[in-house]
Amino acid sequence: MTNTNPLWKVLLLAGALIIGLIFALPNIFGSDPAVQVSSSDGVLSDGVKNRVKTALSQAGFTDLEFREENNRLLALFANEDDQLKGRDAIREVTDAGVTNVALNLVSASPAWLRSFAEPMYLGLDLRGGVHFLMDVDMDAAIASSEQRYVSDWKRVVRSEKIRGTNIQYRDDKIQARFRGAEDRDRMMQIFSNSAPELFFTPRDEGEFFFVDAALSESAEREERTAALQQNIITLRNRINELGVAEPVIQQQGLDRIVVQLPGVQDPAKARDILGATATLEYRLVYGSEPDWASAANGGPIPTDARLYKRRGSGAPVLLQREIIVTGDQIKGASAGIDQQSGGPAVFVNLDGVGARNMLEVTQENVGNPMAVVYIEKKKFTNLVDGVEVEETRDIEEVISVATINDVLSHRFQTTGLTATEAADISLLLRSGALKAPIQIVEERTVGPNLGKANIRQGFMAAIVGLAVVVVFMALYYRVFGLIAGAALIINVVLIIAVLSAPGLQATLTLPGIAGIVLTTGMAVDANVLIFERIREELKAGAAVQTAINAGYDKAFVTIADANITTLIAAVVLFSMGTGSIKGFAITLCIGILTSMFTAIFGSRVIVNALFGNRRLSTLPI
Amino acid sequence: MRQIIQDSNIDFMGRKRLAWIVSGVLITIAILAILIRGLNLGVDFTGGYTIQAAYEEAPDLNLVRSTLTEAGFEEAVVQNFGSSTEVLIRMAPQPGASSVQVSNEVEAALQPSSEKAITMQRVEFVGPQVGEELREKGGMAILLALVGIIIYIWFRFEKKFSVGSVAALVHDVILTVGVFALFQVEFDLTILAAILAVIGYSLNDTIVVFDRIRENFRKMRSGTPAQVMNTSINQTLSRTLITSLTTLLVLLSLFIFGGKIINGFALALIIGVIVGTYSSIFVASTAVLALGISKEDLMPVEKEGADLETIP
Repeated sequence: MTNTNPLWKVLLLAGALIIGLIFALPNIFGSDPAVQVSSSDGVLSDGVKNRVKTALSQAGFTDLEFREENNRLLALFANEDDQLKGRDAIREVTDAGVTNVALNLVSASPAWLRSFAEPMYLGLDLRGGVHFLMDVDMDAAIASSEQRYVSDWKRVVRSEKIRGTNIQYRDDKIQARFRGAEDRDRMMQIFSNSAPELFFTPRDEGEFFFVDAALSESAEREERTAALQQNIITLRNRINELGVAEPVIQQQGLDRIVVQLPGVQDPAKARDILGATATLEYRLVYGSEPDWASAANGGPIPTDARLYKRRGSGAPVLLQREIIVTGDQIKGASAGIDQQSGGPAVFVNLDGVGARNMLEVTQENVGNPMAVVYIEKKKFTNLVDGVEVEETRDIEEVISVATINDVLSHRFQTTGLTATEAADISLLLRSGALKAPIQIVEERTVGPNLGKANIRQGFMAAIVGLAVVVVFMALYYRVFGLIAGAALIINVVLIIAVLSAPGLQATLTLPGIAGIVLTTGMAVDANVLIFERIREELKAGAAVQTAINAGYDKAFVTIADANITTLIAAVVLFSMGTGSIKGFAITLCIGILTSMFTAIFGSRVIVNALFGNRRLSTLPI
Repeated sequence: MRQIIQDSNIDFMGRKRLAWIVSGVLITIAILAILIRGLNLGVDFTGGYTIQAAYEEAPDLNLVRSTLTEAGFEEAVVQNFGSSTEVLIRMAPQPGASSVQVSNEVEAALQPSSEKAITMQRVEFVGPQVGEELREKGGMAILLALVGIIIYIWFRFEKKFSVGSVAALVHDVILTVGVFALFQVEFDLTILAAILAVIGYSLNDTIVVFDRIRENFRKMRSGTPAQVMNTSINQTLSRTLITSLTTLLVLLSLFIFGGKIINGFALALIIGVIVGTYSSIFVASTAVLALGISKEDLMPVEKEGADLETIP
């Protein structure tokens, strides 16, 4: 008998190899550091493009490659130092908040290749960057949205001229107290008409008539989804301001968010800004100096007032419990200099609701003082019965108290912060407040140097491993060993091609490289099994061509069985694993599948081509 | 034809007792090590911080320690990592401070302790709750893999083989984890991934042997089950050794060149491959024999009712 290749088999192998080589090719060209300029409203104007190009040539970069794609302008630099200089030059001529300037890595392949093939996407442990897992405090989000009804209702009750009522938020529900059952029932009707998402429970207690309200189950569920989505939007805005290209921001489970920032140069800044909860709040001042002092000294605090401290001096001040404008009603902010004092100031832009409230309140209160409260969440530890208990508390400081001279509505300014604080808080206000407080529960930061070292070492291990196996196989199985080596090299090319394949673009991590190295060791197993079978058949006296055929045939089932079980372990690893471990599972899975193709099919085609159609009495095996 | 072993004819099954004693002793040591010394769990599972900082010149570790103590991190464990200029700091979660604050404070504290600037290479923080989740998920992953594999082998082979292969897998996992407990090598997520890969590899090996056993049971007219199994193992022996060798070669390359971060991972796989090779012969096969495997168990199943269909 002879072992000949049908044409389609040769074409399939050649085709796979050629396509594999093409898709693996961008990895040889690698990536160049680039600065990416895009507009937050999607369309980048020619004016901005020209300004960027002029600024760069003035900064001494005369010979840059520019690319325009997907409404972004990319400027490619020779090295990372230039990239940083270039970014700073661009930042000087563009508006923060309107134009996003970010560092990026882009394919260095020629344009024809770039149009359909990209290099492998490197994980954070190889590229450097930050990974955060954040817990979203949903209970706080629910509480704060329920709290919002309190001031609305107070206004309604006042306009309805019902006396002796008290509305407050306590024990996770809104509690409204009335003197008479009739008032209670009427207001309950009004409230429930205006807020069908609430669930109302009337309750009588002594001489008072209460109605308790809380979000209904479905409304609470919606609120949770909305809070999470809002947080994701806010985080995305903040990350855009930070200048990170291709960030990953995803929901994980019901109340967690994953944020991955590849290639971040200053992880500390990223951590500060992402986790920041600072916001501003505007309230009317309550009473006057003597009231504040007595409240601070243990005197009674009126029910519709709250005690605050002034920043710096720590002096007490009473503010109205009712909030005029909260941080999430601020839609724009920028830092600047106050014309009168020359100190740092934040210029604030309100949204419709905020502006209406501000207008209403300031109209009624010209000549009265208004306060700006700076709020930041901080964690504290308390000793409760000898056990450390963690607690998140709002640090609330009054940063300024000023008399309302004019009616305010959309735009006004706030002073009382340092220059850095003013810059940071305007970034935070601009990108929107976090609807629910977040807490970083997992962080993995890898510096760019370590990432490069990881690539170098992983690459070295892979090359040495591959070389040693190929040499061993050649020594042990001679020509057949070389064929196995060729199959192994094709296998690695195919793994890299699949990893780089557009649409799939799996992420390569350090454990992922380890997975490729491990597969090279295990992939030859299929060839070892086949070759040992062929040897056995030869020893048993079979003719050369029969032995080749039987070797491949008999080994096939074994190889399939053995690989499928490894695949089961790899799939489990993929579904349970996180981050870089997933990278290992992916390369292991891909490696197993491609190795079945190259080690069985690929090596057979080569063996057939070399030995299949000849009369041989021995084989170089 | 080069050969590692010339046509071997080793009586593996006759050494069943010896193999079981060796495995029994090793497993006892491993379990004792796990129970008494415990695993040196990494921050992935305990929660806490791993901070790697690069100095331009080798720093005095005692100085680094005292600097950290002064900064309020009394329990920080400081050691070199890979080279004398790289320092690894490990700490429990700091109640009352966010990971942002802690890493910034550590960086600020270390910076003046040396004339030269330091670079923060890596900051890993895992909250206590996440650590617990990762622990649960990890255990779950190993269980799930084992169950999936039992089902597959049962379906493809037969119950006794399924039991035998799982006995070998449990054996391999315990021994590998035992080495990590005995020598207190840090056990983190990558090691867990390596153990799952070991399960895959060890099984790969076992299946090749099982496949041949099944084939020979069907083919050989004479011979006791022990003889059939001996022949099968001898026939596959050179393949078993060569594949283990090539896999060990690449793993050694990974261990030597892959960098410190991947060291534990490579180590776990090296141990796993050695143990897995041994167990596919001495644990999986001997267990199948002890369970009383016979020719009848492995005859191709005739379709019940195949005859009935022909009756009109």
